[in-house]
Amino acid sequence: MKRVFTSPFLWLGVAFFVVLAAWPMATNDPTLREDLFLILMFITMALSLNIILGFTGYVNFGHIVFFGLGGYMGIYVMSILHWGLFTAMLVGGISASVLAFILGAIILRLRGAYFALATIGINEMMLAFVSNFKPFGSGIGLSLDFGVYKAYGGAGKALWLSFILLAIAALLAFIITFVLKKSKFGLGLMVIREDEDAAMVMGIPTPTFKNLAYTLSAFLPGVVGVLYFFKNGNIEPGEAFNLEMSIEVLVMIMLGGFGTVSGPVIGAALYEEIRSWLIVNPLLQSMHLVVAGILLLAIILFVPIGVVGWIRQRLPLVRRYLE
Amino acid sequence: MSAQVILEVENVVKNFGGLTAVDRVSLQLREGEILGLIGPNGAGKTTLFNVISGVFPPTSGHYRFMGRDITGLPAYKIARLGIARTHQVVRPLSELTVLENVTAGACFGRGNQSLGEAEKTAVGVLGTVNLTEKKDTLAGKLNLPQKKRVELARALAAKPYVLLLDEVLAGLNPTEVSVVLDIIKEIRERGITILIIEHLMHAIMRISDRIIVLDYGQKIAEGTPQEIVNDPKVIEAYLGDPKLAQALVRERGER
Repeated sequence: MKRVFTSPFLWLGVAFFVVLAAWPMATNDPTLREDLFLILMFITMALSLNIILGFTGYVNFGHIVFFGLGGYMGIYVMSILHWGLFTAMLVGGISASVLAFILGAIILRLRGAYFALATIGINEMMLAFVSNFKPFGSGIGLSLDFGVYKAYGGAGKALWLSFILLAIAALLAFIITFVLKKSKFGLGLMVIREDEDAAMVMGIPTPTFKNLAYTLSAFLPGVVGVLYFFKNGNIEPGEAFNLEMSIEVLVMIMLGGFGTVSGPVIGAALYEEIRSWLIVNPLLQSMHLVVAGILLLAIILFVPIGVVGWIRQRLPLVRRYLE
Repeated sequence: MSAQVILEVENVVKNFGGLTAVDRVSLQLREGEILGLIGPNGAGKTTLFNVISGVFPPTSGHYRFMGRDITGLPAYKIARLGIARTHQVVRPLSELTVLENVTAGACFGRGNQSLGEAEKTAVGVLGTVNLTEKKDTLAGKLNLPQKKRVELARALAAKPYVLLLDEVLAGLNPTEVSVVLDIIKEIRERGITILIIEHLMHAIMRISDRIIVLDYGQKIAEGTPQEIVNDPKVIEAYLGDPKLAQALVRERGER
């Protein structure tokens, strides 16, 4: 464990997140804050998805389900039960993990394409369920009363608060990923990714390991969902269970390098930059998903190991600083 | 012959649909011995390994390990109890380094070591199989003989009581074969009991204390290498030529 916490890479990463969080605060720039909010959100989503996709090797198209469910649970307890934001974040994270644990027991028996298909099915199932679920406001969704923000010093301050909390969540995702990569549990997950049958014969209780990884990967998306929809003030089914976003998060991981620690961070930041450039470009503004698709194809064909994987392969000297 | 029985297989049957791959096979593995398992292709040798290591449960029959009935336990529990194996078709963890491959073996097998201890064990085992200089190479980038040695090292790092070796010599050249045979002998000297499947006759005759012959899923012979090559049933089913069989025994004597 000592070796883990003296790694220069870990502290470089921590510094990166601190700078990212402090930058808009120092310049008091709300536009920059909003940009970084999206980037940090995608970083957290990509890092957490990487646990099941990159480490364990299970392609999950339904990662957004945890974001959506967490968001709904959080906004529900805040708007209907009048609980505080911190409790709501915890509720969001835990309910996402509980869902993952139950789902995992069922669908993690499937392998390869069958698992991937099942996760798409779950996304659509949740969308249909929530759209018809009265306590969650059916198709209209839920809204937060403006008064909710008063407890956090008004709407303006609440936006800053949710940004800071999100930065902490992103940092947490980064540290969890790094510690996981350096742990026995993480090694077990990578063995499962490489060859699940061999993993069994080597003594790894694969069903338990896979389910723990899936449950762990669901927690932070649940928390982030609460923060995102708290900031927005309302939540509706289409935005909470948006399959497109699941796929975009997947592209980010592939772009950065799956199974690495910094890959999802770099991939998320790069992809978000590309996307925001496309959205403001008059010619390409409705084409960002097309670009995402082409990007994914190009990565899989030419650099399946992603940016970070490629750099690590070419420059062995930087490996210590780039996990 | 007074050594204790460490693994006992009793009337194990394995059916795949209408095919009986293993048909009422019984065997006793004694502590510290090398027991050879031979037979033509499709005789059910690997299936028997898969049953013993828990990859799939038997259709009927029982097997006991160190006095405990382990019939039908999942593979990871059997591995934890101290039975490790290699695969006929090598299964390197391609995107992990050689050291990580072997460390994983030490982490999760009977040793159940922490990551730090496991890495030390792995370094030691890599020395035994002469792969120290390859420890930071990705396992997928090795050639076949090296991959076989990684697989052997991974099983060994688990600190098993019993090692099941499934054709570790296939595809190796004569020099590599004698290197691996020496490694196997060294493993036995450490007190690990070995059950080995092999097609390379002169090799298995050389290292086995006893041999069991399977044909069409059934055990057709059991005995010392000497007895096996003189058994008319074995010659008919597998060895083919009686003269060749004799030559094999003579070769054993010479070495």
